[in-house]
Amino acid sequence: MSTTTESQIPLTPEQIESFGEELDAIRQRVLADRGESDANYIRKVIRAQRGLEVAGRGLLWAGVFPPAWIAGTAALSLSKILDNMEIGHNVMHGQYDWMNDPALSGKQFEWDNACPADQWRHSHNYMHHTHTNIVGKDRDIGYGVLRMSEDQDWKPYYLGNPAYATLLALFFQYGVALHDLEVERLTTGEAKLADKRELISGIWKKVRRQTLKDYVIFPALSGPFFLFPLAGNATANLVRNVWSFTIIFCGHFPEGTHEFTEEETENESRGEWYYRQLLGSANLSGSRPFHILSGNLSFQIEHHLFPDLPANRYAEISTEVREICERYGIPYNVGPLGKQFGSVVKKICRLALPDRKGRGSAQLPPAGLEGEEKRVPIAA
Amino acid sequence: MTPTATATAPSRRRGIPGRRLFDAIAGPHGIDRYLEQISPTLVIGECRAEVVAASRGTTDSVTLSLRPNRAWGGLRAGQFVQVSVEIDGVRHTRCYSPASPEGSGRELEITVKRHPEGLVSNFLVDHAQPGMVIGLSQADGDFHLPDLRPDSILLIGAGSGITPLMAILRTLCAEGHAGPIALIQYAPDPDRTIYRQELDSLAAENPNFRLTRSYTRAPGAGELDGHFSPIHLPQADPNFATAETFACGPPALLDAVRGTWANGLERRLHVESFVPPSLSPIGEPGTGSIRFSSSNLEVRNSGASILEQAEQAGIPAQSGCRMGICHTCTCRKLSGTVKNLLTDEVSAAPDVEIQLCISAPLSDLVIDL
Repeated sequence: MSTTTESQIPLTPEQIESFGEELDAIRQRVLADRGESDANYIRKVIRAQRGLEVAGRGLLWAGVFPPAWIAGTAALSLSKILDNMEIGHNVMHGQYDWMNDPALSGKQFEWDNACPADQWRHSHNYMHHTHTNIVGKDRDIGYGVLRMSEDQDWKPYYLGNPAYATLLALFFQYGVALHDLEVERLTTGEAKLADKRELISGIWKKVRRQTLKDYVIFPALSGPFFLFPLAGNATANLVRNVWSFTIIFCGHFPEGTHEFTEEETENESRGEWYYRQLLGSANLSGSRPFHILSGNLSFQIEHHLFPDLPANRYAEISTEVREICERYGIPYNVGPLGKQFGSVVKKICRLALPDRKGRGSAQLPPAGLEGEEKRVPIAA
Repeated sequence: MTPTATATAPSRRRGIPGRRLFDAIAGPHGIDRYLEQISPTLVIGECRAEVVAASRGTTDSVTLSLRPNRAWGGLRAGQFVQVSVEIDGVRHTRCYSPASPEGSGRELEITVKRHPEGLVSNFLVDHAQPGMVIGLSQADGDFHLPDLRPDSILLIGAGSGITPLMAILRTLCAEGHAGPIALIQYAPDPDRTIYRQELDSLAAENPNFRLTRSYTRAPGAGELDGHFSPIHLPQADPNFATAETFACGPPALLDAVRGTWANGLERRLHVESFVPPSLSPIGEPGTGSIRFSSSNLEVRNSGASILEQAEQAGIPAQSGCRMGICHTCTCRKLSGTVKNLLTDEVSAAPDVEIQLCISAPLSDLVIDL
């Protein structure tokens, strides 16, 4: 919501508290139940990813033969998607820290992405997950280049919104890599380049290593046919970029998700924090393979409520969360990929233009409980 | 059995030709994350071992023969290793002293005795079987035979503290050591005497090896009775005053031995403490102290979250959300008990990762920060 006057929760303080307690109870139950099956699950996904990667690179080595190129590129694309989404993103959240296995430690894990893992942990785990959808604090709103909320003032620059979004999708891993640099704050002088030296050197090292692997070493192994693995690797990176952009933008920007102001979220209680995570996130419906390839970010709502629970548990939790939301009259935003992404595209295009009167920001959900008169501001 | 020292030796990286190129190709995960998919012991940067035999002499113990992978750097008789096993998805690590002699090839032998409360010992005694793969550290510890073998050697062992002494004894016998070797073995009774038969046959085969047993709960069954006492020494080893002495057992035995080898004799004494693995006690919130090991700082526990206490002590601890979400402040707890302030869950295990912002101490703590 865009103004503080609208920012009211249609629940009494007692209701918001018991809502928070119900969610805490779910978290507690899953924490107590974590064990061998979760360990087996993530290891199975890792095994599949390693297999797909080796197969993909092997096939692309012989990429001069068209069937090998197609199969190799497909396998490598899937491998990179699994590496980033279901493995990297989730492991780096500390979802498997309880296993005490150094190879699955959130603090030590590194992924096949241009963004260095330690910078990702800061910009994503901390900044985005703590300040979700707070305009001015959550830099995932538009990644510093797009206008994704009416709360961002329109400027002529934003006429290029659809074009910037397309570029961001194509080069998403580099967009993510530059995330912590806050390029837009550098151009306005709010941040100084001198303070960013360490970040830049980290990004440079990571990008160099990845470029060397995908665009020099593996192509070189094919000798005169180097162009085939080169093109295959570039395609796999592109597929992963577009896929992760699509999934991630469907997590917070479909119609019906809300943004918040810093004032609204001061002194939030745990229940209010949960409430904000819920209103700021949207789910995608789909098959089990789809959920795995999305890194279970198709359960964005559950992920934002419980970012450090093993992601393979989100599916089972989601039915309970949905039921709780229905009881409290809180909207639970879910839809198929086509519908959700369509509404994201519409929003990107709509926000390229200045706001028209009477077509402002999304309104808060109506009071969910009948006869409920008392409402409290979100930061009561 | 658990030597109280903890191994610090990192796994040694052998000089594999082209290792850097392999790592560039296998980046960012590293070559081992691919090799382990073929076989878990194929890794080159990390020591792991396969159980090749598991024999259960009693219902209370299991003796495991381990075949370490190529990362293993060997051990000296008397040293210990850390063994890691995964139980219900969680990795647990304990110290064991191999009883196998030096230079006996690549295989290692460890004996695991069941502790009533012991998670790892119960798991291994009940479930260890050939084919199982366990994590292994490099051998560590100063309690071992010197390279220049002393002529006269006295070994004093109690309970499962006999294991490192067994490695020393087997090594000396295999090398054909000519000097006198004496062993005083303390055990409750003949039935609960570890390596009983093997020690008897070693004593029969090696005229220079003198074996003396003292039973603490079976008077008259052995050559001596009761716990360690200096009066046992002349009877067990006429050379005790000049022998290089190796003692291993519970703290009470070692205290008695140290008291005897005083006044200049201590340079001939080597001791290793064996105590059953125990979880840290649960104390009152707001008591005890926190030691931040990397910063070399110790503070009185104020009862606040460990993150706040670290910051108050002036340690630049990394942190983010301060509400248990982002895991930025995650650190290794080396020992002690903490309570999770969100879930009230109590963690008493050593060497596990905790979130500092939502953990408060319940005992003396050592944090790797």
